[in-house]
Amino acid sequence: MMKAQNVIEVENLSKLFGDFAAVNQICFHVKAGEIFGFLGANGAGKTTAMKMLIGISSPSSGKATVAGFDVYKQTESIKKNIGYMSQKFALYDDLTVKENITFFGGIYGLSKKKIDQKRCELVEELGLQEVTNSLVASLPLGWKQKLAFSVSLLHEPKIVFLDEPTGGVDPITRRQFWELIYKAAHNGTTIFVTTHYMDEAEYCDRVSIMVNGKIEALDTPKKLKEQYKTDTMNDVFLKLARG
Amino acid sequence: MKRFVGFVRKEFYHIFRDRRSLFILFGMPIAQILLFGFAITNEINNVDIAILDQANDVTSKEIINKIASSKHFSIVDIIQQESSIESIFKKGKVKAVLQFENNFGSNLIKEKQATVQILTDATDPNMANTINNYITSILKNYQQELNNTVSVDYQIVPQSRMVYNAELKSVYMFVPGVMTVILMLVSAMMTSISITREKEQGTMEILLVSPLKPFQVIVGKVFPYIFLSVINAVVIVLLSIFIFNVPVKGSLFLLGFESILFIITSLALGILISTISATQQTAMMISLMGLMLPTILLSGFIFPISSMPMPLQVISNIIPAKWFIIIVKGIMLKGVGIGFILKETLILFAMTLVFMGISVKKYKIRLE
Repeated sequence: MMKAQNVIEVENLSKLFGDFAAVNQICFHVKAGEIFGFLGANGAGKTTAMKMLIGISSPSSGKATVAGFDVYKQTESIKKNIGYMSQKFALYDDLTVKENITFFGGIYGLSKKKIDQKRCELVEELGLQEVTNSLVASLPLGWKQKLAFSVSLLHEPKIVFLDEPTGGVDPITRRQFWELIYKAAHNGTTIFVTTHYMDEAEYCDRVSIMVNGKIEALDTPKKLKEQYKTDTMNDVFLKLARG
Repeated sequence: MKRFVGFVRKEFYHIFRDRRSLFILFGMPIAQILLFGFAITNEINNVDIAILDQANDVTSKEIINKIASSKHFSIVDIIQQESSIESIFKKGKVKAVLQFENNFGSNLIKEKQATVQILTDATDPNMANTINNYITSILKNYQQELNNTVSVDYQIVPQSRMVYNAELKSVYMFVPGVMTVILMLVSAMMTSISITREKEQGTMEILLVSPLKPFQVIVGKVFPYIFLSVINAVVIVLLSIFIFNVPVKGSLFLLGFESILFIITSLALGILISTISATQQTAMMISLMGLMLPTILLSGFIFPISSMPMPLQVISNIIPAKWFIIIVKGIMLKGVGIGFILKETLILFAMTLVFMGISVKKYKIRLE
């Protein structure tokens, strides 16, 4: 029933740095429960656009709502309703798995009981029973990234923003990571993900491709491939990015 | 409130799990105060000197005995010829040589004037100066004793009394200074490093995307350091009272209040540093070069501000440590109340506001 509803609506959103338009009048919407791929070359404006949506950068012009809240005035409400995981791995290395979970649950205002319950679920799901009291620094990168993703879902956000979440991990871990993403999407969480890996773009329900601050293409991977008459998203991307 | 407690707990985990920061926090203050208190001193004790006594008469012997019996000097060599002076200095055996002229005693009586030459090794100018003053004063004393038996028509007798530090202990000067340096180091450097570390790790971004307000993040990060700095201040004051017998003549309460004010000034500086540096290394370099050096050199801690050239005297005014040292010396050594240090207190307060204002502005620009 929620499927038809848009959780992100963006209209003519721009961000100027001086004369340079890092994001130039982009328009798109993301439906609830969707896995939305946000692609683009380095410097195309992906990160800038994402920062406006998660409320840490204010737009120069245009309109946008995230989870029904305005990106100009209601950033506090947006922050409560979204999860975020950045390209840099972002848990505390010198805290244990358990302490990290407690801390991040705490800053989102979860009760102690809720945190305990969430932690048990999460530890079991990721198979981290052995290492709950080990420092995060001692875990392999792939585990850390899966943990970081699960931590960003602790407070059950409506939308989770993933900024190149799988940078630097091996194909097997990437695969497992995407299984987690599917699972979250299946539970009703909307996934907004940027990536460099074009095989990952194939996993998304819909993808947008940004070139020089503008969204040049937006559709399901299947339709995009048909439209550009290629077999892979990689070729679609190359055709667009090279102009 | 619950979020705040969780945040502060996390901050303490960071501090207690990092050996380096633990050492800077607790090892340094104690090591510094003990070092400055015991090892580094302006007083001279048991300085090795040599005597070249060409007179070898009763008067010269009496003077030599006086010098030998003072605790400041020990005579380690008696040399016979002038030519040995150079070599004894070069060997570094002695810091000074006292040379009595031929017929010293008889000259003094017959001609009412006799010469004794004091040669000091001035590779260390402060030390040479001090040695010179000590020996001169021993000679003057002896002269006065001689004059007591003869009548002199006019005489000025200086009566000196060193107030607030009668024994001229250098530790009196180092305690306020070290306290200032330590509080500055812990508060400014440690906070700037800990904030930039979050930036480097990417966790700052996560915190900014969370419902915590930037203001809460910063307060959460600096709060543990206020607490630890206060503990440090207490440890330093206790060490100075019980180990070095430095008195606290004024109110302990006032000293505590002023220390907290200075800690907050330093924290504000630390936050400012963290807004302009992207990495921990940069933050550390800026703290060390931009804060520690001026704090040690230009605050009046070691070198008196009044004898600096004019431009440096002007610059010293913008160094928070200068004002805090005046405050601490006033309270600890002179026992003054708030009335006497109101100006300094207000200056620190104003500086804190300025630093915080700039930080907030920089912070906003960065978020744009």
